Amino acid sequence: MVSAATAVMGGNGTETAAPKIAVRDVTIRYGGTPALSGVSLDVREHEVFGIIGPANAGKTSFLKALNRMDMFTDGMKVEGSIEFNGRPIDRLRNVYALRSRIGVVFPLPVGLPLTIYENVALAPRLGGMRNKAELDDIVERCLIRAALWDEVKDRLNSLGSLLSGGQQQRLTIARALSQQPDVLMLDEFSIAVDPVTTMRIEDVLKELKHELTIILVTNLVQQAQRLADRTAFFLEGECVEVGKTSDLFEGRVQDSRTGDYIEGKFG
Amino acid sequence: MFQASELNLRNKRTESLYRTLFLVMTLLLILPVLLIMGTLIMKGASAISWEFLFGYPKDGMTAGGIFPALVGTIWLVSVALLVSVPLGVAAAIYLNEYAGENWFTRIINLAIINLAGVPSIVHALFGVGAFVIFFGFGTSILAASLTLAIMTLPVVIVSTRESLRAVPMAFREACWNMGATRWQTIRRVVLPNAVPGILTGVILEVSRTTGETAPIMFTGAAFFLPFLPESVFDQTMALSLHLFVVSTQVPNVPDNLPYGVALVLIGMVLLMNSLSIALRMYLRGKKKW
Repeated sequence: MVSAATAVMGGNGTETAAPKIAVRDVTIRYGGTPALSGVSLDVREHEVFGIIGPANAGKTSFLKALNRMDMFTDGMKVEGSIEFNGRPIDRLRNVYALRSRIGVVFPLPVGLPLTIYENVALAPRLGGMRNKAELDDIVERCLIRAALWDEVKDRLNSLGSLLSGGQQQRLTIARALSQQPDVLMLDEFSIAVDPVTTMRIEDVLKELKHELTIILVTNLVQQAQRLADRTAFFLEGECVEVGKTSDLFEGRVQDSRTGDYIEGKFG
Repeated sequence: MFQASELNLRNKRTESLYRTLFLVMTLLLILPVLLIMGTLIMKGASAISWEFLFGYPKDGMTAGGIFPALVGTIWLVSVALLVSVPLGVAAAIYLNEYAGENWFTRIINLAIINLAGVPSIVHALFGVGAFVIFFGFGTSILAASLTLAIMTLPVVIVSTRESLRAVPMAFREACWNMGATRWQTIRRVVLPNAVPGILTGVILEVSRTTGETAPIMFTGAAFFLPFLPESVFDQTMALSLHLFVVSTQVPNVPDNLPYGVALVLIGMVLLMNSLSIALRMYLRGKKKW
């Protein structure tokens, strides 16, 4: 929280600002075998932090660890330290507060079986908000920011789970924004979304990074190139390297595997 | 172009043979239902009248109506539901939403399966020991309904758990990720979507409880009572026991009377079942994902 005021808006991150999320030597296990081992990296305020890598690299597990979802996942163990705003998250008294600061968007859009309005109003309601006017305001604002408002403003009371895939994915973004999060984590959000909607969402993300920090897990390296300020390459449970996206994509890599992956030689 | 080989033809003959075989088997299934309903209606319909449904038994139960038994059955089933539904739903929520897969839940699951397998007469004797004698409820609606409730508990638990399971995990994860607690998630997302399934299970349960005889005959159901129960501590008549009594225990009962009782009993059950089917169809039409 201390560093927030001094953080540079618009990305490219100054080296001096304290990291939003500091990950040190994190290993994630399901039962015995590690899904991810020895990861250390920083996510800076107001940057888009990309994570690329093939399937089974440990990307999703990493996001789960940041959100303390190990609590809800049978057999998942996280070792090492993760600090969010300088506070170690494994010693938080209220993990629900941590999760409400982090919005998550899943690979397959999850429109909850509630109305469109209720989908977006759920998080504020969970937080105890009762005032109808305030809720209306939040719902409208979040849907506008997720570029969905114009398509649904006349049917806010129809079911969110019956929207098309691309609309549902924008609905989940609106829902994540309704938490008023510090950090937005997107896990391969474009898997079930058409290219046009993907581009619209990418534009939304470019706007959003002025207000919050975005962690973007993607299996499309070009998407990372388009959006991410810095990018981490995960491979088979290992964080191979973290660097400026422009460096990685212009061949200035420290590990040849990163270059091979980006050029599409495997994965 | 397509010359059928000998093998093709043989396969085709076998195919139609099996198809017919399975069809016949299916039709055989319907036969007992038709026979039972047909017999009951033919022999029992003449007994049904306004006075039969809303009158009291007369002349040593060889004439008159079944009103006390009808009301008693409604009492027994309602009180049993009041106990078994909250208990069963709560247990199912715990098992499906809170408990992980470990030795503790495995033991509980085993207990539920075993409870479901206990014969109803054993439940009856347990009811006598526990509720009638130990808790001192005496032979009463309360003791009988508690016995019924314990007997039906496994079914309520299992059907509720199935409907909870049918709510996709992704919904819960989305909610948890927003900072919702387990209970908030259950209340706002899981339960509203499981209610149709739970209701259907409960109604089917009602129809089963309606017909049970053994568990209530020692614990609260009476041979003959010329008045209606006023509280759960009273004894009561019940349709199922009344059917047993007029069929086997009372001399000189007119032929159509037991059939009439059976017809009313099965009518109640069928009514419940059709309600449950209608409800399920209605709610399925409103499915939200």
